[in-house]
Parts: sequence; C-alpha cells; structure tokens
Amino acid sequence: MSQQRAPRAYADSYLAGAGLGLVLLACFVVVGRGLGASGAFASTAAGVVAAIAPERAATSPLFSHYLEGQGPWLEWLSFELVGVLLGAWISAALAGRLRIAVERPAALARGSRLALAFGGGVAMAAGAVLARGCTSGQALTGGALLSVGGWLFLGVAFAAAHALAPLVRRLWT
Amino acid sequence: MSAPLIADGSLGASLAAAVALGAAFGFALERAGLGSARKLIGQFYGRDLAVMKVMFSALVVAMLGVFWLSRLGLLDMRAVYVPPTYLWPQLVGGLLFGAGLVVAGLCPGTACVAAATGRVDGAFVLLGIFTGMVGVGLLPDDFAAFYESGAHGAWTLPELTGLSYGAVVAAVVVLALAAFAGAEWIERRVR
Repeated sequence: MSQQRAPRAYADSYLAGAGLGLVLLACFVVVGRGLGASGAFASTAAGVVAAIAPERAATSPLFSHYLEGQGPWLEWLSFELVGVLLGAWISAALAGRLRIAVERPAALARGSRLALAFGGGVAMAAGAVLARGCTSGQALTGGALLSVGGWLFLGVAFAAAHALAPLVRRLWT
Repeated sequence: MSAPLIADGSLGASLAAAVALGAAFGFALERAGLGSARKLIGQFYGRDLAVMKVMFSALVVAMLGVFWLSRLGLLDMRAVYVPPTYLWPQLVGGLLFGAGLVVAGLCPGTACVAAATGRVDGAFVLLGIFTGMVGVGLLPDDFAAFYESGAHGAWTLPELTGLSYGAVVAAVVVLALAAFAGAEWIERRVR
C-alpha cells in the first residue's frame, strides 16, 4: 500500500449520518441497547482503582456500579470501543487517511494543543459522569429513544459549546 | 423475528456483537470526518456543520427505525434500555461536557476515532477522560447526593408532553429537516 497516496475526501454528512443511524438501530435490534463511549472509561477507571484500593472503589457511587455483575473488565461498552478503534482504523486505512500527527491550528503550539486536549477530556469525563453518558450514550442513543434526559443533555451540551466557542476562538483559528 | 435478538444471559454473544457494532460505529464516524478535531470544531464557528448533520440524521434514522419496528411488532420496546433521566446532574453535566468539547475539539467517541487514525491529540483526549473518570470516582460522598438528584428513571418525551409516540416522532423529523435547512443556509453565509 502506498503511503504517499493523497487522502480521499470525507463522505457526505447526511449519508454518513444515515449509516450511523442504521448502526444504532442494529444495536437496539441485536442487543437491546444503544451505543456509547464514556461508560467504557468509567468502567476501566473502576477496574484500575479497585485493583489498587478495593475498599475505596467499593464506596464510590460511580465505581461500585461498574464493580457489580460481570465486573469492570467485561463491560459491554469497552468491547464496543475496541470495535470503534478497529473500524475507524480500517476506514482511514482504506481512504489513505492514516497519519501520525498532532492536529492543531498553525497558531497553537503542539504542547498547548495536547494540554488543552487533556484538560477538555477531564471536563468531558466529569460532565459524562453526571449526565450518565456522552454524545453517543445520551445525546444520540437517548435522543433516538426520545429520552427526556437525552434531549436535555443534547440541548445543553451544544448550547454550552456554542456559547463558549467565541471565547476560545483563538485556539481554533 | 423478535428483537432484541441476544438475551441478557449470553455474555459471549453480546460482547462479540459489541465489537462488531463498535467497528461499524467507528467506520461511520471516520467516514464522516468526525475523527478530525478541526472539522468537528467547525460546527461551533458555522464553518462546517457536519456534527449537527451527522448526529441529527443518525438520530432520525434510528428513531424512525425503532418506531416502525416496534409498531410492526418486530421489536419489543420494553426490552430496549432507555438511559435514565436525572434532571439536575444532566443539566450541569451537559454544561461541563459542552465546555470540555469545545476545548478538546473531540468527544469521547470521536477521540477514539482520532487516536486510532494516528492523531496524538485524540490520544491525549482519551488520557484526559480516563484521568477525569478516576478523579470524579474518588470525589467525597457529598457528591453522591447531587449525583442522584432529579431522578426520573426511563422518562420519555411522549410521557413528558402527553403527546403520542408517533406525534413526537413526527415533530422530531420536522425539527431535523428545519435544522438541516438552517445548516445549509449558515454554511453558505459563513463561507
């Protein structure tokens, strides 16, 4: 496979969205639940903390939830996310879009971009814990099932991001 | 056919399905270009509304599919897990999440796509999410009271509004079509 091949353009948003919707529908039909992402991180965090400090993990309302049943290492969402990594890699490989890089605007130093990526991740984790899910588990899955909380989260998260965007414009242009 | 197809008991089959469905999910997100922080963030500056178009079209397709399959008796809605509603935590959680999203440029799912396709910033978002999860999990117990507040269980818009399932589905379709028209208009104006 040639590494020099120019990356192909991304798919049409509506077409890719419809495809994503069919995947979500297949999820409901096959396993009776929707897609997600943040839960895999919560579950893995629960597993790591339980391995180091089992008593502390058991008293945490977040971690204890993931320590019940089949345990933190057999969480459905963790397996789903392994699939996401595979599927994304295959798609990018087929389209010539695999490239090791730090994606950033020219004005933003590499270190700053990585620090902001990390900090944004921390904030999203806190938000996703409170919301019981993220863009996939609440906004998309909850939204499609007409959940009140899903639509509340979808509306508030996007409103907050839009409201904050002008203040951080420097970071992205 | 009587869906859901895989019963709760068969963990192996369920986890195998998780990998396969996840792969399709990751494939679709990468095709859409949502593994790129710069493309994703265009949403919030009106340059490129791919996030909204992809999310809303996915939501509408899945919503219509669930509605019609259950209406035709092919899908048992009572066996589909609806994420629970916790009003106050979801309100505050949405604010925090939105703030994190516009700074990180990627959400948890799309950060996985970014990391898998070689973007180091995506890997740092994942590291931040994991660190945040450990931190929040270790917060003092006072946090638990707020975490459990405003609990309504599985609560849907038809139950909230008193409208029929079909009427809410139709309203969401109309809302989505209006949003798509608005998105095309905004993109033309900003470019």
